[in-house]
This record gives sequence, C-alpha cells and structure tokens, in this order.
Amino acid sequence: MIEWFTWVQVVIALIAGLACVVLGFAGKRPNDITLGAALLVEVLLIAQLVVAIIAPGVGNPPTGNLAEFYVYLISAIILVPAAIFWALIERNRWSTVVLGVACLAIAVMVYRMYQIWAVQTA
Amino acid sequence: MVNNSSAAAPSSTPASEARRSRTPGIGRVLVVVYGILALAAAGRSVFQIIDRFGEAPVAFSLSALSAVVYIVATVALVAPGAVWYRIALITISFELAGVLVVGTITTFAPGLIGLADNDPFGRTSTVWSSYGLGYLLIPLVLPVLGLLYLRRRRPAAV
Repeated sequence: MIEWFTWVQVVIALIAGLACVVLGFAGKRPNDITLGAALLVEVLLIAQLVVAIIAPGVGNPPTGNLAEFYVYLISAIILVPAAIFWALIERNRWSTVVLGVACLAIAVMVYRMYQIWAVQTA
Repeated sequence: MVNNSSAAAPSSTPASEARRSRTPGIGRVLVVVYGILALAAAGRSVFQIIDRFGEAPVAFSLSALSAVVYIVATVALVAPGAVWYRIALITISFELAGVLVVGTITTFAPGLIGLADNDPFGRTSTVWSSYGLGYLLIPLVLPVLGLLYLRRRRPAAV
C-alpha cells in the first residue's frame, strides 16, 4: 500500500460515510450524490487492488500477512456494491444511512489494511 | 379526491402497541451494522485460527465464538416471532457480557488468557479485545443499541 493513497481513501470514505449517514437521517433517499460517493469509494478500492498486486514487485512488499490483507480488501470490494445494490432496490432514507455505514466500514477496513501492510509483522 | 387518511385510531391492543413502536428503518441499519461486524469477526477469527492458532488459542477461540454469536444475533434481529426475539435477546446480552469481560481481561490482565500484550491492533487481538477498541468500540456500543431496540419492539407474548 502507498501511504498517501491510504489516507486519501480513508478521508474520502469517512466524508462519504458521514455525508450519507447525515443525509439519510435527514430523510434523503439515495441520489446521485450519495450513490456517486459510494461509487467513488469503490473505484478507489479497485485502484487499491491494482496497487496491492503491483507493489510487491516494485519493492513495496507487505510486512504483515498478505492473505489477511486480501481478506480485508476483497470483503471491502464486495461490501460497497452490496450496499449500492440495496440502495437501488430500497429507495428510502435508511438505504442512504446503510450506504453511509458501508463507507464508514470501508474507512476502518482500509486503515486496518494499511496496518497489516506496513506495520504488523507476518 | 377520496380522503383515505385513517381517521380512526388503531385499537390499543398490546400487539398493535408493539407494532406501532417498532422502528423498521433504524432496525434495518442495526441489522446491517451487525451483519458487517459478524462478517468482520468471522473472517478475522477464521483467518487467525488457520494462520496462527498456537499463538493465542484461548483468545482466538473466543473470537470464533463471538463470530458465531454475532451471526446468530444478526439472523435473530431479522427473523420475526417470539422465539427469534428471545434468541436475539440472549445473543445480544451474551455479546455485551462478552465484550465487557474479555475487554476487562485484555486490558488489565491479558496474561489470564495467554496473551502477551493488550494491543487491540496487534496480531493476537480480537473483536472484543480492549472493549472492541480495535473496532472503534462498536462491539461495545452495538449490543447496548441492540437491547434498546429489542425493548421497543417487544412482542406482546414475551
């Protein structure tokens, strides 16, 4: 993982998550902004996947367990579309909150992934 | 235009009281958060057990137990009926007790369950370590919210 990119992901996921939760509690159904924010988080996760695949080959190997890292990453990649799917099917305020919860979970997971990659020993 | 707003108040039997006080929307959010936590706990404990069970067998076994309890709690929150309600009550109470007990042990006496340190982000940390600090205290707060939610949607028969 790349440190600055990690923080970009975490910050964007936090902002998206908080925005969706707030908008959801304010009664907004899933709209372009909330769905777009979740989509952005997902796109960043895909980019993260590419980075993770390439990084060990260019001198940036994980210090922690690679399998554990991928468990988190794949779960995260699956989680966001699941929330988006839910939001597309059930168009009410709670789906927006669910989108927010998913994005906040991604923020935590990306942070954990960085810990595994750069801090924890295998 | 036909005025189809309900003019008559619903009859106040205990069953309809329970239905009216139910908040399905927030309940769904609770279920989703429980589901994510169940997924996190299950994934992590399965991985820890496969990878390094010997390092902290008691802690990882507790982790697996908590994962199972979370999964059952998630299902119990969704499923209707008095039996599932009781199961939800039991599992969520168990979780609350678990996070408090394991949190206390891991914070003050990690050696009791064979842990070298009490780092909630370390290799041997689990969902309940240090009161769920590694998961932003969500494992501590969530069962409290779960119990409050269950109290509000208590079925008449329970």
